[in-house]
Amino acid sequence: MTTIEAPRTPAAKPQRRRGINWEKWGWMYMRASGVVLVVLIFGHLFVNLVAGEGVKAIDFAFVAGKLADPFWVVWDTLLLWLALIHGANGMRTLVNDYATNPTVRRILLGAILASTVVLLTLGTLVIYTFDPCPAGQPADLLPSFCPVNQ
Amino acid sequence: MPEKSAGTLATETVASPTIRMPKRPAGTLYRGREGMWSWVLHRITGVAIYFFLLVHILDTSLVRLSPEAYNAVIGAYKTPIMGLGEIGLVAAIGLHALNGLRIILIDFWSVGTKHQRVMFWVVIGLWLVLLAGFIPRQLMHIFGGE
Repeated sequence: MTTIEAPRTPAAKPQRRRGINWEKWGWMYMRASGVVLVVLIFGHLFVNLVAGEGVKAIDFAFVAGKLADPFWVVWDTLLLWLALIHGANGMRTLVNDYATNPTVRRILLGAILASTVVLLTLGTLVIYTFDPCPAGQPADLLPSFCPVNQ
Repeated sequence: MPEKSAGTLATETVASPTIRMPKRPAGTLYRGREGMWSWVLHRITGVAIYFFLLVHILDTSLVRLSPEAYNAVIGAYKTPIMGLGEIGLVAAIGLHALNGLRIILIDFWSVGTKHQRVMFWVVIGLWLVLLAGFIPRQLMHIFGGE
């Protein structure tokens, strides 16, 4: 004889996954970094595209002048890390949504992870090993504060 | 001029009801409305900005190589075509940023969901103001109208 469960028997409790809820923190990261990036990117766009001569003013001397100032070093470092991780996590969301083939999905996620690690390493090394007055370079390409231009 | 009286029409409708399959699903609160289009635009602008960011990190890294290498590549950003491309970039970033703030308000503001539609149009309005400020300035820079 089949036993019929008593009415309103609660369903078996779903097993709560143990450990850190990474998806939740990813979701939080997108919002937290997004707010900061609004300030960092609009500041970056204003200084580089709107102020003064705009895009026409950008050359090695312009960038060297900025990176000789700790303020812009911190600004650009935050910009690099926050923006690239924000973008990579967004691309991860799209890949999870649209890549239905598991192999293609894994390849794409691996490519996003690899490119992010490589570009974060490269960008950080560039910012912190940068020399605004490299030796043996034409003086007219260097910022005015370099010893060759004094 | 009506060929039949209203009474005849009513009788016919009751006699032979026709159920037509809709050509497309009926609209919902979401589909085809501000909520869906803001989501579509957020994805498209996000992908575009991401690929620009990859290239931009690489071109900026040339400052570590040599002043000549950096100046040669950054020169490409000053051509008229790329100048117009920068307007597209600023437009994409502006929309993604403003709509991102709208998403945060929907998530964390107690009445955010209720006002999501009007906030979408506020986003569009602020975006147009942003572009009205940037586009003339950028055109002056790239076409030398200063």
